[in-house]
Amino acid sequence: MSFAWARQYEPQNAFMKWMDERLPLPRLVYNAVGAGYPVPRNLNYMWNFGVLAGFFLVVQIITGVILAMHYAANQTVAFATVEHIMRNVNWGWLMRYAHANGASFFFIVVYLHIFRGFFYSSYKAPREMIWLLGVVIFLLMMATAFMGYVLPWGQMSFWGAQVITGLFGAIPLVGENLQIWILGGYAPDNAALNRFFSLHFLLPFVIAAVVILHVWALHIPGSSNPTGVEVKSESDTVPFHPYYTAKDGFGLGVVLIFFAIMVFFAPNALGHPDNYIEANPLSTPALIVPEWYFYPFYAILRAFTFDFILPAKLWGVLAMFASILVWFFLPWLDKGAVRSGHYRPLFRKFFWFGLIPCMAALFYLGGAHAEEPYIMLSQFATAYYFLHFLVILPIISSIEKPEPLPYSITDAVLGGKAATEA
Amino acid sequence: MAETTGTVTPDAASMAGEDGFRRRDFIHIAAVSAAGVGGVVTLLPLVSQMSPSRDVLAASTTEVDVSAIEPGQAIKAEFRKQPLFVRRLTPTEIDEANAVDVASLRDPASLIERTKDGHHDMLVTMGICTHLGCVPLGAAEGENKGDYGGYFCPCHGSHYDTAGRIRKGPAPANLVVPDYEFTSDSVIRVG
Repeated sequence: MSFAWARQYEPQNAFMKWMDERLPLPRLVYNAVGAGYPVPRNLNYMWNFGVLAGFFLVVQIITGVILAMHYAANQTVAFATVEHIMRNVNWGWLMRYAHANGASFFFIVVYLHIFRGFFYSSYKAPREMIWLLGVVIFLLMMATAFMGYVLPWGQMSFWGAQVITGLFGAIPLVGENLQIWILGGYAPDNAALNRFFSLHFLLPFVIAAVVILHVWALHIPGSSNPTGVEVKSESDTVPFHPYYTAKDGFGLGVVLIFFAIMVFFAPNALGHPDNYIEANPLSTPALIVPEWYFYPFYAILRAFTFDFILPAKLWGVLAMFASILVWFFLPWLDKGAVRSGHYRPLFRKFFWFGLIPCMAALFYLGGAHAEEPYIMLSQFATAYYFLHFLVILPIISSIEKPEPLPYSITDAVLGGKAATEA
Repeated sequence: MAETTGTVTPDAASMAGEDGFRRRDFIHIAAVSAAGVGGVVTLLPLVSQMSPSRDVLAASTTEVDVSAIEPGQAIKAEFRKQPLFVRRLTPTEIDEANAVDVASLRDPASLIERTKDGHHDMLVTMGICTHLGCVPLGAAEGENKGDYGGYFCPCHGSHYDTAGRIRKGPAPANLVVPDYEFTSDSVIRVG
């Protein structure tokens, strides 16, 4: 689907015409990310991060496939083959550092993409399905990243696998057998390493498939925009190419500068030194923490320290999964008709002074030692996190009086400027 | 639909017998059922291949010679790729463990219950903290044994007493006592 004024694909030469009549793939691309896709003219740089996430998915798949050519998923040699990649394989160090930091950048851009969605309520009708598929992608990313981190078979790999699969062990009745089934043994070992490698290779392609659905769903209503007002006429839009290919290209250049800085000058800054020690089932690192991008959820996991009907450990596991599953319900928890945070004074305050500090705190606390005052702070932040989505958001979106919306996107772009100049 | 020209496809009603069923209904149900059962049966090996393989199961029993452990000493053995603590308690440690009011514990159990008859000085537990699975200290000489003289988990500060029971810190349960038996006075078989 597209707007009535969308440009039509016209094959430029005889070959493309021949092609178009047999396999209209160029037409598909033209309509998806070319001049055939009309996009609101007022998108700001927060709308870059979808394309950037796609870019880092490609980076991860390319570097990952290359790493798999030199890595062996066997518990006796896995750690050594990673060092082999670092020391012997031509450009192996670059591939591995790009892959490790690429994961971090993938999560950075996806978090910004998600928070763009929070602020501009991108999840609201008619875009619920885009949002739901996005949450599925995020869950798949978490599973993929976790299994990837186990593969180097360092201390943090091993103990991370122990703690995370232990989460399933907390489930009543079936938990222990479920954990043994997932690991293929009683502790992380060769069986677990092998299956994690197999799934770590598979899941990125599943992610790519869901990304296609995500983009397909996006093209039904078209992109949202910073005003939250739907496209009304042709003057509200510009063709995706060249306008947003150029804007996304600029954003990509900026992000690549930061990516290069990390890969070339601080490749291990986001990692843990303990993972350069080979896995040892008989000795635990002093602090077991996941990679930074899991910190908020790890903080929620550890916030539950008291038994209340259910054991504390099970509460932590349930809360951690619920903290992401609650996003699935966001389109219906937010009852306001107005989308953009720019026109929602109350929502805006709770976003900047509630949700954002809360997430920042959880990010910090997930990496801290599990001792006071961090435990208590984690408990406060976890409570606020759920309060925000389950109580505050439904209430403020019901009682809030939004500020007046511009008549159209064109009005917001041109009329707004004319008004302030007058 | 019977009025259409050309070959007339008999509709369901005209094919049905007096009881309202067609002969073909039986074939449909039988075929779909067989395919369904076959599909489910095919899932079994796909799911079951994930469970521990024979070599992993074969290593699920471990024998430990405990004769050389002096009172107050402990050894770390490996059981199912996980650390196992075997400790011979001193009379003082046994008295300390028995002096505790069992009902006051987070995970009530007495030293008698957690050891075997005739060998109440031999404490066999997994070396895995019940909180998040770290390996507690206290089995090797010179390691911190915690406030209660048993084991101490450095990850999140859980203290276990001389019967391996949780006394302080975030762990929800006592150190797990695995299934084991004395095959002779000097050897235990775990698992």
